Amino acid sequence: MTDRMPRRLTLEPGWRGMVGDLASDQRAFKKVPWSKVMMWAFLVSDVFIFACFLVGYMMARIASSAPWPNASEVFALDVAGRQVPLLLIAIMTFILISSSGTMALAVKCGYERRRFATGGLLIATALLGTIFVGMQAFEWTKLIHEGVRPWSNPWGAEQFGAAFFLITGFHGTHVSVGVLFLVVMAIKVLRGSLQAGRPGFLTGRRGRYEMVETLGLYWHFVDLVWVFIFAFFYLW
Amino acid sequence: MGEREYDASSYAPPAEVEEMELPHPKGFFGKYVWSQDAKVIAVQYGLTATAIGLVALVLSLLMRLQLGFPNSLSLIDPGSYLQYVTMHGMIMVVYLLTAIFLGGFGNYLIPLMCGARDMVFPYLNMLSYWIYLASVLILVAGFFVAGGSTGAGWTLYPPQAISPGTPGVDTGIVLMLVSLAVFIVGFTMGGLNYVVTVLQARTRGMTLMRLPLTVWGIFMATVMALLAFPALFVAVLMMLMDRLIGTSFFMPEMLSMGESSDHRGGSPLLFQHLFWFFGHPEVYIVALPAFGIVSDLIATHARKNIFGYRMMVWAIIIIGALSFVVWAHHMYVSGMSPYFGFLFATTTLIIAVPTAIKVYNWVLTLWRGNIRLTLPMLFAIGFLFTFVNGGLSGLFLGNVTVDVPLSDTYFVVGHFHMVMAVAPILVIFGAIYHWYPKITGRMLDETLGKVHFWITFLGTYVIYYPMHFMGLEGVPRRYYAYGETTFISDSVQSLNAVITVAAFIVALAQLLFLFNLAWSYFRGREAGSNPWQATTLEWQTPHTPPRHGNFGKALPIVYRWPYDYSVPGVKQDFIPQNVPPEAVERESDTRRGGER
Repeated sequence: MTDRMPRRLTLEPGWRGMVGDLASDQRAFKKVPWSKVMMWAFLVSDVFIFACFLVGYMMARIASSAPWPNASEVFALDVAGRQVPLLLIAIMTFILISSSGTMALAVKCGYERRRFATGGLLIATALLGTIFVGMQAFEWTKLIHEGVRPWSNPWGAEQFGAAFFLITGFHGTHVSVGVLFLVVMAIKVLRGSLQAGRPGFLTGRRGRYEMVETLGLYWHFVDLVWVFIFAFFYLW
Repeated sequence: MGEREYDASSYAPPAEVEEMELPHPKGFFGKYVWSQDAKVIAVQYGLTATAIGLVALVLSLLMRLQLGFPNSLSLIDPGSYLQYVTMHGMIMVVYLLTAIFLGGFGNYLIPLMCGARDMVFPYLNMLSYWIYLASVLILVAGFFVAGGSTGAGWTLYPPQAISPGTPGVDTGIVLMLVSLAVFIVGFTMGGLNYVVTVLQARTRGMTLMRLPLTVWGIFMATVMALLAFPALFVAVLMMLMDRLIGTSFFMPEMLSMGESSDHRGGSPLLFQHLFWFFGHPEVYIVALPAFGIVSDLIATHARKNIFGYRMMVWAIIIIGALSFVVWAHHMYVSGMSPYFGFLFATTTLIIAVPTAIKVYNWVLTLWRGNIRLTLPMLFAIGFLFTFVNGGLSGLFLGNVTVDVPLSDTYFVVGHFHMVMAVAPILVIFGAIYHWYPKITGRMLDETLGKVHFWITFLGTYVIYYPMHFMGLEGVPRRYYAYGETTFISDSVQSLNAVITVAAFIVALAQLLFLFNLAWSYFRGREAGSNPWQATTLEWQTPHTPPRHGNFGKALPIVYRWPYDYSVPGVKQDFIPQNVPPEAVERESDTRRGGER
């Protein structure tokens, strides 16, 4: 019998071994739950959406014959009579990145099965996300008051407003949806659905703390995308 | 190679994938309408796609009527002709082919062939179908609103698509764009399911290199769709903004009737890039499942293992990857830099290499096989001819210098209808004849099927072959009528008439097929569980049609690759994937060996 045991492909070195690992029996990614693989696949797809948005924005900006509005003036805040560039956006970015920190802590506490710590951190994350969206709304309001519209603005190429509202709006929608799911997850955690493995919310799948990590992947992705949007809109 | 030893052993690894808890609804609605069972969802997808496909078929007949017998039907004016062109193209490519291959065959075959109870997220899967249905309804609504559906051509190029004067510019184009966005959302839900099911929920012993090529094709197509549809999604959102709130992503400033438009500084080329970054992979999203399915049909009905299985898998992967770097060959006449065209011509011709490998392997699988000319086999062979014919004209169009004069002529129409309309449709027919016995438990009628095959196969050649010659003469496509055009010879009109007659005959043959589907459901011969003596797991289910959960109490264990046909020294000419080596009946113990 022993001479008919299979040689393990996974022990082969290099490229062949890697392919062997991925192509192996039952699961391509060992010990990774379905929901996590799905979230990764979704995020890769979402990366392509944001990439298309940003490449489209770059092309519009390069192709534009009208002058492009100067970011450090447009996005400056009036503080005690002085125009401070990048102030609001620095705070927004700081808040969103901090929310990544609380999210990571929530995932850790989740795996330690600390119900209240996890729930609290999730709520903190949701709160930071809400503040971010709120500040974005403030910024939109300010720009709209200054006369920026998707079809025109006082300073130059009209694609500026179109791209800005479309892309930050799309990102803001991502954050808002994330906040909704964070709240739902926090409620599930706090009332013990994950601890007890109760089925719930839509799919009827049993609760477990891996869900927090899956949601965390999404949240970190939204933060990461923001870094790119930040660079392309505010620093370029 | 390691696999051989794997295959020859009776070793089955311990289960890693935990059992799924499936909801088992009792009532009619739970079982057949709001069903979370992938098999029911597959049939729902298939029926919806067929229904909307018939609408597109009728549209194509109306176009043919106008071209073959101009002005014979007062219903068709130039505007409505353009609307037919647009809706026919979009429905056929997205709402029929993509939906039926991935939503239909993907849903039915992936869990069964992988040995899974169901898709990994049944609820999301159900949602995917209903959102798809919503997108179809939104699209159909375009026919009934004021101004009708959009007439922008299926590529929806701006600025023309959203400029005054184009049919359906008021509401039709908006409905089309919204419908596409909704379709993409629905598809993503299904697509995530297919990918994760293939990657993470296979049964014991089912390595990726033991998957039937059908699953490989659908899997790779789904991955591509998840990466390509985002570009369309972005283009659609931007164009919706251009149309609804007056932004200028794609709209340059234009003079019309002496007045300049409200738009300023947009780039129509940006749309073309985004569209074709989706559009070219879309060709292979349709083709790869067809490649996979046809491999299985040929191997099963020629009773031979597929030639070069590993090469076939890698060819699928390489085609999938390359298809993302060839999109601009649709844009040779758009005014790109010639160097850009050179780059894309090169990648386009490179993609012919893995494709040719696949064709050779199909032919070599047939070579000295025990070919049974069953209906699926007929359609598979029909596919080979059609695909090679259509593919060869692709080599012409892939070269910049040859493409420029042929662009926007009937040569292009002939090419892409051969390669990505008729070829995949033949595979769909073959696949339906092949799997219908599993889906319903009854065989389709053989005689009706043969009549259907020969009329469809020969008829499409009568339709599309002449188009190549018309294209070489420079007959432009998308025209409602040609009027007094000196360079078009008179015989073109008679050709057009012939094509139209053939198109009507082929369309009538499809009614025969539909009748066959309905009639055989009630009166067809009982199929039994494995009428084709096939090896893959879907034919080994305890019930036919398979019940919810697919495999009864215990999931099957896989011991071999899916192509153990005509193994020397073995009594039966096929060994199902779940038969362990010690259970294989051999002719005599002295003549052992050679088994894979």
